[in-house]
Amino acid sequence: MSRDTTARLHIDWTRCDGHGSCAELLPGLLGVDDFGYPVARSGERDPAVPRRDRDAAQHAVRNCPVMALRLYRVDHSGTRR
Amino acid sequence: MTSARRLLQDQDRHGPLPALRLDALLDAVSESGLTGRGGGGFPTATKVRAVASRPRKPVVVGNGLEGEPLSSKDAVLLGHNPHLVLDGLDVVARALRARRAVLAVGADLDPGPVVEAARGRRIEVVTVEGGFVAGQESALVNQLDGRPPVPSDPFTRVTESGIAGRPTLVLNVETLAHLALVVRHGAEWFRQVGTRDEPGTSLFTISGAVRRPGVVEVPRGTSIREVLAPAEPDPSSAVLVGGYHGAWVTDLDVPLTARGLKPFRAAVGAGVLHVLGAGVCPLVFAAEVVDYLAGESAAQCGPCLNGLPHLAGLLHRLASGDRDPALPAETSRMARLVTGRGACAHPDGSARFVASTLAVFAEHVGAHLQGWCPSETRSAAS
Amino acid sequence: MTPHVTGPLTSALWDLGRGTGVVALAMFTLSLVLGIVARSGRRVPGLGRFGISDLHRTAALTGTGLIVLHVATLLLDPFAQLRLVDLLVPFLATYRPLWLGLGTLAVDLLVVVTAASLLRHRIGPKLFRAVHWATYALWPMALLHALRAGTNSGDLWFRGLAVVCVASVVTAAAWRLAPSFAERGWSRRTRRTA
Repeated sequence: MSRDTTARLHIDWTRCDGHGSCAELLPGLLGVDDFGYPVARSGERDPAVPRRDRDAAQHAVRNCPVMALRLYRVDHSGTRR
Repeated sequence: MTSARRLLQDQDRHGPLPALRLDALLDAVSESGLTGRGGGGFPTATKVRAVASRPRKPVVVGNGLEGEPLSSKDAVLLGHNPHLVLDGLDVVARALRARRAVLAVGADLDPGPVVEAARGRRIEVVTVEGGFVAGQESALVNQLDGRPPVPSDPFTRVTESGIAGRPTLVLNVETLAHLALVVRHGAEWFRQVGTRDEPGTSLFTISGAVRRPGVVEVPRGTSIREVLAPAEPDPSSAVLVGGYHGAWVTDLDVPLTARGLKPFRAAVGAGVLHVLGAGVCPLVFAAEVVDYLAGESAAQCGPCLNGLPHLAGLLHRLASGDRDPALPAETSRMARLVTGRGACAHPDGSARFVASTLAVFAEHVGAHLQGWCPSETRSAAS
Repeated sequence: MTPHVTGPLTSALWDLGRGTGVVALAMFTLSLVLGIVARSGRRVPGLGRFGISDLHRTAALTGTGLIVLHVATLLLDPFAQLRLVDLLVPFLATYRPLWLGLGTLAVDLLVVVTAASLLRHRIGPKLFRAVHWATYALWPMALLHALRAGTNSGDLWFRGLAVVCVASVVTAAAWRLAPSFAERGWSRRTRRTA
């Protein structure tokens, strides 16, 4: 597996309720679909978070009322926060 | 040439398999090139290694749920040769020093032969609730662990933490049967049939417009036409490869390998081959399939819970003669929308089936939009 | 009951003790109402949904901080006759034990709710939500404590504040229970069992 050190935003779909704060805080990264759920604009499953959006992403993680978000980085052995 | 009847051959019990140490088992399985037969096609050695690398003693689970309605290979295997499956489960559990070894079977299966064969072994045979999604790896683990039979967020893999928080190895029963044979006869023997990239044999369930539906065992890499031959298929334009999450293939001479199926965006999956009858409208068939898939959603994830019924609705409109020219594009859009946005591959697989239907039967779709159907009947005969 | 002032510092402590309590009540009222707005998924122009959640949290934490001060000053204030045990075990105080005891209970609940909130990413959404329901018990306790153990209940400004607090919570709670609330997600999910 290649080493990929970009920070990524993971959505726990079993928790996501379509509340929408994340899309408000990260409008460049996330849109909203027909049913109110977040869509990664890049089409990735866990969209990469550019450095300039790092703070907003952390805000989104804290703000999600059902704790459906997490930020992580992949290192050479596995996943890590 | 070695016979292809390996799993379905009548076998006397040869006595217990040699207890292999983990490294010996990993070597044998790795060299054999065995991949998962439950649909994922993942290299088995990699999965075993992932669980072995964790500090806690693992739990090993044989997955015999077979939630796909078109598939019956696991049921046939368990009825015919349960000892082989249990041998495989046994040898893996011992090599991993597993805390528990469980064989999970669906409620439809008669557990008698399996329970009988499990006597005296350190294996629990558990009957679990069925359903399309219940056989998914994390859903099965959840059910065995006393939770609802729905998938978990894949961020934490079951190989890291599964039943009782232990690393859990879930292998399809056919995979376990092949594994038992690899341990008994060696990796080289396993590779005597099949292709270099996809060695060994596979079980296929044949259904649809065929005179003799059922389960066959063939070397991997066999063409669709050759696999279907004993089932006596009607002449057909397309075969659904991979079940309700699969894709249509129109060239029957294509070998059943990843490379051969790639142009059709299909995969061998769990070995389901469904022949489309000449009089069956593929759009009506597809609409009914997606109805079923929508109903089988675990109803946890918004895009799947909302998107699949939407997809079913769109297909029904297409099938029933709605001539809105925007329908195909809207259906494609909805299929793309649900892909990759759920805790499991249910929406992805459903979207793949829909996209394949629209692509392979594009002319048929065109005809419907003009108000007529090329097929003779309008109901999906099963 | 008029306070018996013995020195300027004591008077200051007493003022601070009461002041922090009153403002904390206002904060918790605000937080509760905002919590209901957040749950509704409605967007408020200018704030967005994330802004509502942020405010809800800020108000709650501010209230909590004020309660820490409230308790600390009252512990230090000889006039209040508050002992450490009164922080944990309710109804043991000499002065209006029932109403002060409600304050004690509220503080105990507040500790649990705050801990669960700060650790919510560790304990998971189900446990967090279960504990968070306690806020619906916490607010009435705080209100009754303020009305009956507090010494400003006779003052007009306090009565006005109390009326505003009660009115907002009653309105918000009624809205929460109304069918038109249409909360996102939870009520619409049917969890299947195969």
